Parts: sequence; structure tokens; C-alpha cells
Amino acid sequence: MSQFQGRNLSCMRADRPVFAGLDFDLPAGGALLLTGPNGSGKSSLLRLMAGLLRPSAGQLTWDGADIEQDPEAHRARLRYLGHLDAVKPVLSLSENLPFASGLHGPVAEAALQNGLAAFALETLAGLPGRVLSAGQRRRLALARLAVSPGTLWLLDEPTVGLDTASQANLARLMAAHRAQGGRVAVATHVSLDLPGAVALDLAPHAEAARAAALEHAW
Amino acid sequence: MRGILHLILRDLRLALRQRADASLAVLFFVLTAALFPFGVGPEPNLLARMAPGVIWVTALLAVLLSLERLFLADYEDGSLELLILSPHPLELTVLAKALAHWLTTGLPLIAATPLIALFYNMDAAGLPMLLLAMALGTPSLSLIGAIGAALTLGARRGGVLIPLLVLPLNVPVLIFGVSAVDAALGGLNAQPHIMFLGALFLGFLVLAPLAGAAALRQSME
Repeated sequence: MSQFQGRNLSCMRADRPVFAGLDFDLPAGGALLLTGPNGSGKSSLLRLMAGLLRPSAGQLTWDGADIEQDPEAHRARLRYLGHLDAVKPVLSLSENLPFASGLHGPVAEAALQNGLAAFALETLAGLPGRVLSAGQRRRLALARLAVSPGTLWLLDEPTVGLDTASQANLARLMAAHRAQGGRVAVATHVSLDLPGAVALDLAPHAEAARAAALEHAW
Repeated sequence: MRGILHLILRDLRLALRQRADASLAVLFFVLTAALFPFGVGPEPNLLARMAPGVIWVTALLAVLLSLERLFLADYEDGSLELLILSPHPLELTVLAKALAHWLTTGLPLIAATPLIALFYNMDAAGLPMLLLAMALGTPSLSLIGAIGAALTLGARRGGVLIPLLVLPLNVPVLIFGVSAVDAALGGLNAQPHIMFLGALFLGFLVLAPLAGAAALRQSME
């Protein structure tokens, strides 16, 4: 069974240690729940997993192969949702939706309808991005997951601005994705409906990085 | 490859929706060029002699004006993260962005060039060479601009930095662009100048995607 693993990962941002000595395993169908106080490196870890940042030490492997050996294959399988929703104000919702998925390949009309339905966006499809509320923009960003699922989802605070119905839709989408062998890594402060998720608390790793840096400074 | 085409089409559609933004460069080009006769006086021979230089300099400034939005809008709304995480080589993405920029900025400038040549009473014999030089030179301006725009992402007041980075690299394009037209107007052989313009274009065609991609990766740190 293929494995997505991180071993002994350390991360530096702007010469400041964020976390150190972090291990994780994310098997097919698994879920990883990243928790920890603000600034403990949840977003940084997701960006490491996406390849947007490089670890200052340690290794990320997929099936035993370092992800830096074939970054394009890694990017083809991952879907990243950051703090920003990548919604263009002048394009309508239905024009915004296929952009990210289209970069991964042609998008079928049925897949688009599927994405709209997954977050109850059908009635908003014709609205331009600039009139959407924060929660509606977030639903649009999440709907991209349903349009073109990939295998590895990296979600940074996906529930920000979502109403309860949309949170339930997200939970359903993640469960379906995992049932098909997909993997999910989520950074969050709120409780999510993720049965069987492995919790990873970043606080001790952030503490370890700070302690090591202090020792080094002395 | 289809994903790259998808990106170019999206940028063209965005430019079409934001026509005010897209037409800013060409409007600036025409208005600035129309100002020179007020400054230097309406002497027809002087204006005709100045025409190639004025057209090139104002075109270069117009391109400069449009560079900031090349990557900044995508950077600010998060689209750039999606572009970087798309499975295509990032160099191709930079090339596609530069091509879309040329189609929405360089091409309209070339289309407006005959109008300004007419304003300046430029000898019509030089016009085909001017258009050829612009067609070879403005893609270089977009490519160089892509490097500058990518390097200044994340910097505060990056828009002010872009001209400092980009202008020195633009100077060779300006020199050979003007001298090609001057040669044609003077009845000399313009081919060496055109070949230099072509060589600059090919050089930046290779260099800009590499440098731009490295700068975009850096902007994600």
C-alpha cells in the first residue's frame, strides 16, 4: 500500500525555527488532523507537504521516493487549499470553478455540475466573484475538490466562514474521498467530523525547535 | 499542454472583462506620444526625425506601466499558489503568462503604432520596418517584464522596484529597435539590427522563464 511519509522534518521561516523533529504517516484512505496554537507551524507543514516550501531538514516521501525527485508527479496528485480562495472578482462563479481543475486536465461538464452540487452552489453559478460572501467564496474553493479530486488533499482551515450545512457537505466529501483511497491532511482549530483521523499536535515540535535554536544561540 | 492553453485563455478573458485595465497601456502610449509635439514644437521635419525614438520609448514606458499586474493579482488572491502547484513545469507557466501579457499589451501597441507614425509625419517607407521591429521587440519587453514582475512579488511597493530592475535590460531592445527603423529610413541595410532584435528575443525566451520561475518559487517562501 502506498505511503505518504514525513521523517524528522524541520522547518525554518525567515531564519526563525517553526518546528523540528516531526514525523507523520498518511496511508491511503487516511486522514491527518493538524492541531496546535497559532504560529505552531500547521500552515507551514501543509506547504511543506505541497512542495511550496522545502524542509530545512528531514525528508518527505511518497512510496519511499523523495517527492523532490518528481515534483510534477507530486503536484499532479495533490490539491491544496490555502487561506486565499483564488476567486477572480470579474469572473462568474461557474467561470471561476474550472480554472484550478483545468490546469490538471480537461474538465467535463458533469464534473462541474458535480462540484456545484457538492456545496449547493447551483443557484449562485451566474454571480460574479465580487458579490460572493466570504463563506460562498470558501464553498467555491472547496467545490474544486469535487470537480477534480486528485489523491492528496491539503486543507488549511477549510471551515473558515462555512455555515453548518456546508461543514456537513465538506465532511461528506472528505469521507467519500477517503473511501476511494484518497488522503486528507487538515489544519484546523474547530472539531471536524473525520472518523479515524490521526491527530498530530504541532505544539511540542514547535517547542523543540525553539529550544534547539536557543541552545544553538548560547 | 492543454492546461497551459487554458491559462492563456483565462488571462485573455480576464483582460477582456477588465478592459479599462487592459486599454490603459495603449491609451498611455497614444496620449504620451501626442504630448511631445507640444513640448518640442510643431516643426514637421523635426517630428518626422524623432518619430522612431519617441514611438519606441513611449511603447517601452507603456509596457512598464502594465507590468505590475502581470503576477500581482494572482499573487494577492491565491491563484498563483494554484498555478505553482499545477503539474506543468513552472517555466511553461511563466512563458504562458508572458505570452498572455504580450497579447493584451504588446499587440495593441503594435496596432496603435501606425496612428502615431501618422501623427509624426514619419516617412511611410519606414513603417513596415517599424512594425517588424516592434513585432520582434515587444515580446522581449514582456519577457523581461515577467522577470521583474516575478522578482518584486512580496516586496512592499514592488511596483516602484520593477522599472529599476527592468529598464537596464530593456535598453538593448530600444537601441536596436530604433536603429533598425533609422537604417530603413536612411536607405541603409536594416538586417543586422533586426537580427540583433531577434537574437535578444531568443535569448530572453530562454532566460525569462527560468529566472521568472525561480523568482516565483522564492515568492512562496
